[in-house]
Amino acid sequence: MNREEIIERGEIVYRKPTLMNDQHMHYCPGCSHGVVHKLVVEVIEEMGLAEKSIGVCPVGCAVFLYNYLDIDVQEAAHGRAPAVATAIKRLWPDRLVFTYQGDGDLACIGTAETIHALNRGESITVIFINNAIYGMTGGQMAPTTLEGMKTSTCPYGRTPELHGFPLHITEIAATLQGTAYVTRQSVHTVAAIRKAKKAIRHAFENSMQGKGSNLVEIVSTCSSGWKMSPVKANQWMEEHMFAYYPLGDLKDVDQSVFHADK
Amino acid sequence: MSKISGAVEIDTQRCKGCLLCVEACPKNVLEPAKNKVNARGYGYVLAVREEECIGCASCGIVCPDGCITVYRLKE
Ligand SMILES: Cc1ncc(C[n+]2csc(CCOP(=O)(O)OP(=O)(O)O)c2C)c(N)n1
Repeated sequence: MNREEIIERGEIVYRKPTLMNDQHMHYCPGCSHGVVHKLVVEVIEEMGLAEKSIGVCPVGCAVFLYNYLDIDVQEAAHGRAPAVATAIKRLWPDRLVFTYQGDGDLACIGTAETIHALNRGESITVIFINNAIYGMTGGQMAPTTLEGMKTSTCPYGRTPELHGFPLHITEIAATLQGTAYVTRQSVHTVAAIRKAKKAIRHAFENSMQGKGSNLVEIVSTCSSGWKMSPVKANQWMEEHMFAYYPLGDLKDVDQSVFHADK
Repeated sequence: MSKISGAVEIDTQRCKGCLLCVEACPKNVLEPAKNKVNARGYGYVLAVREEECIGCASCGIVCPDGCITVYRLKE
């Protein structure tokens, strides 16, 4: 059977999620944001929550998420998404409310909002895209930038004496009483993407069941900001990022029933 | 024994030529189009060895822009 006949039969095993529209995404080639966008709406669709989901997107490359995903989205000022999400979830408890934040947003300008929302145990999910720099504004150093890593504002590499140490927000979140599920995932391979999807699903289910707040960190690439090809950026991430930000579940209130790693 | 064969359809206008799918394909089906760009100026990927495709969907899963539809046939 040739290609045309196989397509004719229409046995589709994979396609762009139906909640992702045909608008061309503005992201650079190979950007992890696109993969995570797909996972978020795949999970929402599988949970049957298309009409009941509200994403909150602060400043950062993903500020335009509302253009691409056919769900409700609220914009927030830089760093303030968890505060806005808190209000939405409290006023509308039957909605799935999640924030979608970069590391510049979540680990710098919005550290207070993020930590307090997680500590209050708001029934929201925080999706945290950690690409170790400020992507949208041109690759400046973020609190998450690795030691020795070169960025436009530390061209000789980050030095702890001058710039402090990389901030591990996810480890901090795991120590907070309000969090139900805290995990760190990645989307660089098919296996990693499958695990990340399971993690997002678990976090969303927790949010809907009111178990507490959930943090899903996705260790990501920014090939433009890192000045590498997308394939090279994935390799660089595996070699350097995972040592600082090891993958896996850090906290799960119902350990006995779920592991993203299995 | 059932033979599995597959096919991929690539939205070349949506593709940005990041080549993550080329890297993910276990059968080396995909390749960047030579000296061609789409309407938005990006090089794009084509299924050049389509008879090798097993419909595993790896390319579609890793594609950040959702350009790829994968078909699989069991016969
Ligand atoms: C209050 C405020 N301060 C600064 C900015 C400038 N700004 C726009 S995007 C951005 C960085 C966002 O980086 P990150 O959260 O890591 O997301 P990414 O772009 O990497 O996905 C900054 C500082 C702004 N828009 N508003």
